[in-house]
Amino acid sequence: MDSLLTPHNFPGKLIVVEGIDGSGKSTQLQLAMRYLQAKGLRPFFTEWNSADLVKAITKKGKKKMSLTPMTFSLLHATDFAHRLVHSILPPLKAGMIVLADRYVYTAFARDVVRGCERDWVRRVYQFAPRPDRAFYFNVPIDVSVSRLLSGRTKLKDYEAGMDLGLATDMVSSFKLFQGRILDEYASITHEYGLTEIGATQSIGGQQQIVRHFIDETLEDYKVDAAQQA
Amino acid sequence: MSVESTTNSQFRYMGHAMPYLPRDGCMGKLIVIEGTDGCGRSTQLVMLKEWLEVQGYAVIDTGWTRSKLVGKAITDAKEGHSLHRLTYCLMYATDLADRMEYQIIPALRSGFIVLADRYIYTLLARGIARAAGKDWLRDLFGFAVQPDLVFYLQLGVEDLVPRVLEAGKMNYWESGLDMSYGDDLYDSFMAYQTELIQQFNILSEEFGFHCVDARQDPRAIQRQLRREVTAYLDSCNYPAPGSITSEK
Repeated sequence: MDSLLTPHNFPGKLIVVEGIDGSGKSTQLQLAMRYLQAKGLRPFFTEWNSADLVKAITKKGKKKMSLTPMTFSLLHATDFAHRLVHSILPPLKAGMIVLADRYVYTAFARDVVRGCERDWVRRVYQFAPRPDRAFYFNVPIDVSVSRLLSGRTKLKDYEAGMDLGLATDMVSSFKLFQGRILDEYASITHEYGLTEIGATQSIGGQQQIVRHFIDETLEDYKVDAAQQA
Repeated sequence: MSVESTTNSQFRYMGHAMPYLPRDGCMGKLIVIEGTDGCGRSTQLVMLKEWLEVQGYAVIDTGWTRSKLVGKAITDAKEGHSLHRLTYCLMYATDLADRMEYQIIPALRSGFIVLADRYIYTLLARGIARAAGKDWLRDLFGFAVQPDLVFYLQLGVEDLVPRVLEAGKMNYWESGLDMSYGDDLYDSFMAYQTELIQQFNILSEEFGFHCVDARQDPRAIQRQLRREVTAYLDSCNYPAPGSITSEK
C-alpha cells in the first residue's frame, strides 16, 4: 500500500539528496551528476519548488506570512505532485536516472516541525515512489549557519522558521528551527533507511562515498541504448 | 432561555486533525449542501441563509475555490487543463485548509452558522472518479471539521442533462474530459456524472446525508431544508437570537 516502503517497478533509477540548508547536498548532487555524465549516462536533474503551478502562490503566501503549517504543507505537496508527474515519473518510466534535490523527506521533517501531524504528512505523500537511493547529508547547525551566512546574502523568513515565533532574531530562530529539523531527519533516516553522509568531511571525501553508493545502486541498472549520450 | 445556553461543544474532525487546531470552543454549526452540478444548490443556499438571518442567526457561507490563497489559482489551472488528479485533489485540499483556518473555524468559534456550498464529499466523489485512492483522499481531508448536517440534493443523471444544457454548457471538468471517460463531450459527461452520482450515493449511506429530491419545485425543496434545519437546531438547543427577544 505505502509505495515509499516498497521498491518501484520502473526501469529507471531515482537518486535523491536530503539535508538542511547549508548541508552541501546540492553540491554533492551536482558532482554526482558530472560523474554519471562522464560515464556516458544521461541523468535527469530536478529540484523542489520549481513547478510553475504553485510557485506564485507560495511566493505570495510567504511574502504576506499568511501560510499556516497546514497550507504550507499542502502547497508543497501540490508542488511535489506536479513535479512528480511532470519531471520525475516520465524519465523514470523511460529508464533514465533521475537525480532529485530534496524529496518527500524534506516535507516529513519540515512540516512536522511546523506542527503538522507526523502520520498525516506521511499519508499525504503516499503516492511517491521509493527512491533507489536516498542520501542524507548530516551537518551540525553551526556549520550550516556559517556556510549560509558566509555564502548567500541572508536567511529567509520561512527557512528560518520565523513563522513559528521561536526567536525574534533570524539567526537564533534558524538555529532552533533547523535544530528541530535535524532531530526529525535523524528519525526519518532510521525509519526509511536513508544513507547518511557526515557532511563535515571534505567535499571530495563525501563525493567518494556518494559515488561508491551510486555504483552499488546502479549495479542492476540496464542502460537502454537510446538513453546513452 | 438565555444566550449562554447556546451549545459549546468540541470540534470534531473527519480524521487526523492537525495537533494545533482547536479542540474546544465550537459554538457554531456547520451545515453542508451537497449535490452534483445543476441541482440548484446555490439558489437553495442563498434562500436558506436569508431565512436564518431573519431569525437572527449569524451566518457565513463558504464554497470551493473561495480561499484567498489558491482560489484563483485553481480556476486558472482548470482553465489551462494542466491539473493531474493528484494536483487537482491537493490544490482543493489547500483551498479548504486555508478556508478552514481563516474562515470556518474562526466563525464556528464565534457561534456562526457556516453554510457550505459543497464540502469534502464533492472532492471525495471527484477524486474517486479520477482514480485517486479512496483512503488517500480520506487521509488528505482528515483536517476538515465534521459537519453537523449534510443535505444531499439528489438528481439522476437523466434529470441532470437538460438542466446543464439549459444552463448553456457541458464544461470540460464537469464532463470529466481530463479522464477520457467517453468519446465525445456527451458520452463523457454521462459516464462521469453517473460515476459521481454513484459515489455520492455510497457516501450518503456512510455519512448519513439528509437526502432531498432535487426534482421538486425549488420552494418545496426550501421548505424541506428549513424544516430539517429547524428540527436539528431545536434538538441541540441552539436558539435563534430573534426567538429569545420575542420571548421576553
